[in-house]
Amino acid sequence: MSVIILLLGASLIVALFFLFAFIWSVKDGQYEDDFSPAHRMLFDDKTDNE
Amino acid sequence: MVYELLNEHGLCAYYTLNARPGTAQRVPVRQHKFAFLDEAPIHRQLIQYEDEQQAHVTFYIPNIHCSSCLWLLENLHKVNPGVQQVNVNFSKKEARVIFMPQQTTLRKVVETLAGIGYEPYISLQDLQKKKPPVNRRILYQLGVAGFCFANIMLLSFPEYFSGENHMDGTMGLVFRYLNLALSLPVFFFSAQPFYASAWKGLKHGFLNIDVPIVLAIVVTFVRSVTDVLTGAGAGYFDSMTGIVLFMLTGRVLQDKTYKGLSFDRDYTSYFPIAVTVIKEQQEVPVQLPDVKTGDTLLIHHQELVPADGILVKGKALIDYSFVTGESAPVTRQMGEIIYAGGRQLEGNMEILTIKEVAQSYLTSLWNRDEMQHKEQQASFIHLLGRNFTWIVLFIAAVTTIYWGIYDTSKIWPAVTSILIVACPCALLLAASFTNGHTLRILSRHRLYLRNAQAIETLAATTHIVFDKTGTLTGKAQSATTWHGRALTVEEQLAIGAVSGQSQHPASRAVMAVCSKPANAEVLRFTEDTGQGLQGWARQMHIQLGSAAYTGAKEGIGSQVHVNINGDYAGYFLLSHTYREGINEMLHALPYPLTLLSGDHDGDAPLLRNMMGQQADLRFRQQPHQKLDHIIALQQQGKQVLMIGDGLNDAGALKQSNTGISLTENSNNFIPASDGIMEASQLRRLPAFIRFCQSGKRVILISFAISVLYNITGLFFAVQGKLSPLTAAILMPASSISIVLLTWALSEWAGNRLLGDDSHHRP
Repeated sequence: MSVIILLLGASLIVALFFLFAFIWSVKDGQYEDDFSPAHRMLFDDKTDNE
Repeated sequence: MVYELLNEHGLCAYYTLNARPGTAQRVPVRQHKFAFLDEAPIHRQLIQYEDEQQAHVTFYIPNIHCSSCLWLLENLHKVNPGVQQVNVNFSKKEARVIFMPQQTTLRKVVETLAGIGYEPYISLQDLQKKKPPVNRRILYQLGVAGFCFANIMLLSFPEYFSGENHMDGTMGLVFRYLNLALSLPVFFFSAQPFYASAWKGLKHGFLNIDVPIVLAIVVTFVRSVTDVLTGAGAGYFDSMTGIVLFMLTGRVLQDKTYKGLSFDRDYTSYFPIAVTVIKEQQEVPVQLPDVKTGDTLLIHHQELVPADGILVKGKALIDYSFVTGESAPVTRQMGEIIYAGGRQLEGNMEILTIKEVAQSYLTSLWNRDEMQHKEQQASFIHLLGRNFTWIVLFIAAVTTIYWGIYDTSKIWPAVTSILIVACPCALLLAASFTNGHTLRILSRHRLYLRNAQAIETLAATTHIVFDKTGTLTGKAQSATTWHGRALTVEEQLAIGAVSGQSQHPASRAVMAVCSKPANAEVLRFTEDTGQGLQGWARQMHIQLGSAAYTGAKEGIGSQVHVNINGDYAGYFLLSHTYREGINEMLHALPYPLTLLSGDHDGDAPLLRNMMGQQADLRFRQQPHQKLDHIIALQQQGKQVLMIGDGLNDAGALKQSNTGISLTENSNNFIPASDGIMEASQLRRLPAFIRFCQSGKRVILISFAISVLYNITGLFFAVQGKLSPLTAAILMPASSISIVLLTWALSEWAGNRLLGDDSHHRP
C-alpha cells in the first residue's frame, strides 16, 4: 500500500509545479493583456529576413 | 503621411495586414506643440527610468485600435533609430517605449508617434499622481484555492466510497492529515477577501453577507480540524475549499474591469500638461501647476484654456460646450474674461491669467463638498443574507435545545453541521455570477458599468435626468435648413458673402450652407450686435437677422430671417440634430423626466413634444445648478439616473445615484461616472434598465433554488447525520447548478431584452 503514498507524493509535486507555473504567469503579467501577444507572434519581420 | 514614412522604411507589409488600417488622415501637429517635453521638470516626471544607455517611458495612446497599430508601434525603431524597443499593452492602450537618450529625445519620440498618427495623450494627471500598481492578489488566491480544492477532492474520494471501516488505518490517516495541510492555505490565504469584507461590515455596524459566510468557513474549518485530530471523521475540507474557490471565481468575474476605460477622470485629465507662457517676448513652455496669476498665456488654435483669464491679444471664439453645454461658440472681445475649459476656435490668442489653475471656476466645481462622497447604499443581497442568517441561527438554537434535552453528545455535530450547510454561499454565488454576466452582456452592447453596484442602482431608477447638448443631440454640427421661396444661385452666393463677414455662430452656420463665393466683396456692411447684419453683395441688398430686425413674424427655434432688396425671402432654421431613435426612446421611458440644459431654450417646443407634458425642462443651467437640482430630487426620495456628457454635467453625474456619461468614441474625455455608454446606444436605454431589473429577478430565482438545497442539507444536519459525502455532493451540486442557472437566465434575458445586436470589441 505504501506505493500509493509514493504516488500521492509524486502527484502532489506535479500539481505544485502547475501551481507555481500559474503564479509565475500571473506575476509575469500574462493576464494583463490578452490581445497583443497573440497578434505579435503573427507578424513576420520581413526586413530582418530579407 | 503614414504611407510615406512606412514606404521610406520598407514597412509596406503594414497595409497587407489589415484591410482597414489606421484611422484616416490626422490633423497636422503644430510644430512646437511638444516643446514642453524638453523642460527638465516635465521630462523628469514622465520618464520612469533613465541612465546613460536608455530611458523608459509609458504613453497612453488612445488611437490604438487594431492589430496593425500594434505592429506599426512595435516597429517604431525603424522609423526613429533612437528608439530601442516599444511594447504595446493593447487592452490598456499603452505603449512602453525604451529609447536611447544620446540619439533622440523624449520630444522627438513623441513627435514621431504623433507623426504616424499615434499622438500620446499627456495630461496634467500624469504629473500629479502615479498609477496604482495592478492588484493581482486575488488571482493568486484563486490559483491556490483551485490547487488545494482539486487535491483535497482527489484525496477525499477513497473516504467517500469506503463506507464505514474499509479504509486502511494508516492510509486513511495520511489522507486526512494531508487534507488538513492542504486546507490551511485556503483558510489563511485564499479566504482573506471575505474576512476583510466581513470585518469592514462589522466595524461599520452592518451585517453584510460576508459575515455569515465567514462564520460558515470558520465553523467548517474548526469542526473539520477537531474531527481529524480526534479521529472522529474526515471533516468537510472538500466543501470548505470548494465553496471558497467558487466564491472567489464569482468575485473575479464580478470585479472585471475595463482596462481601456477610466471612470475616475477629474479635471486634471482634461487639461494639458503644459502651456506656452510669454515671458519677455519669449515663448516658454511651463508646467500647468506652475502657472501664476498675471502670466500671459499663448493659447493656440484648438487649445483648451487652462485658467481663467482676460483676453489681451487676438480674437477669441470660444467653444464652451464642454463646460456649459452651450452649443454655439461665443465671441469674446479684448478685455473680457475667458473661463477655463473653453476651447479656442479661431487662431491664436493671448490671455492674462487672473486665477491659478487650481482656483479656476471650473476646477472649483470639482472641489465642492457635495461631490466628494456619494452615499453607498446597501445591496438587497446583504439584507436578504441578514434575514437568512437570523433564520439559520434560530434553527441552530432550536436544535441545540432539542438535543440538550435528549442527547447532549449530539449538540456539537448537529449545530456545526447546520452552520456548515446553511451558509448563504449560494446566495453570494448567485449574486456575483449574475452581476458578472450582466456586466459582460451590457458591455457587449457597449454600456460599460463601473461595478456591480451600478447595476442595482440603475435598476432602481425612478427619475431620469438628461443633458441636451451632446447627449440628446449629437456632437456633430447643427443642421441648417432653408424655409421660404426658392433662391437663385446668385442670391445664395450673395447671402454667403454677407454672412461671411460676421463671426456670429448663426452667420457661420448660414455661410456653411450658402458657401462663401470667391468674390466675396461686400459693400456698406453693418452689423448690429444681437440683432442682425446687412450689406450689398452682387448688386443685391441683403439683410440677415432676428425677426425684429428684418420685420418678419417671430417663429419657433433659432431662425435667421432673410430680406433681399427689402423683400422678405424666408428664413434659415438652425436646429440641433437629435440622435437617432431619441424620440421613441423618450416615449418608451416610464419614468418622470427632467432636462437640464446649459443651452438656450430655442428647442423647447420640440423637446416638450418629445419628452411629454409632465417633463421638467430647464434651460440655461449652470453646472452648479444642475448639481443642486439633482440634490433636490434626491431629497424628495428619488433614485436619479443622470445621462450627460461634458464637464458641465460632471458634478451632476457624480451626485446622481447612477451617472452615465455618453461618448462617441471611447477614447474621448469622459467625466467621472458610474457607467460609460456609447452614444449610439442611448436609444436602447429603456431596454438596458429593464435588463438590469431582470438581473435582480435572476438572483432571487437562484436564491430560491439554493434554499431548496439548504433545506435538504438541514434535514440531515438537524439530526446530526450530515456525512462528509452528503456535504460533498450537495456543495458542488448546488454551486454548479446555481452558476449554470444564472448564466442561462442572464443570457436569455439579454437576448430577449437587448436582442442580438452585439459585437465584441477588443
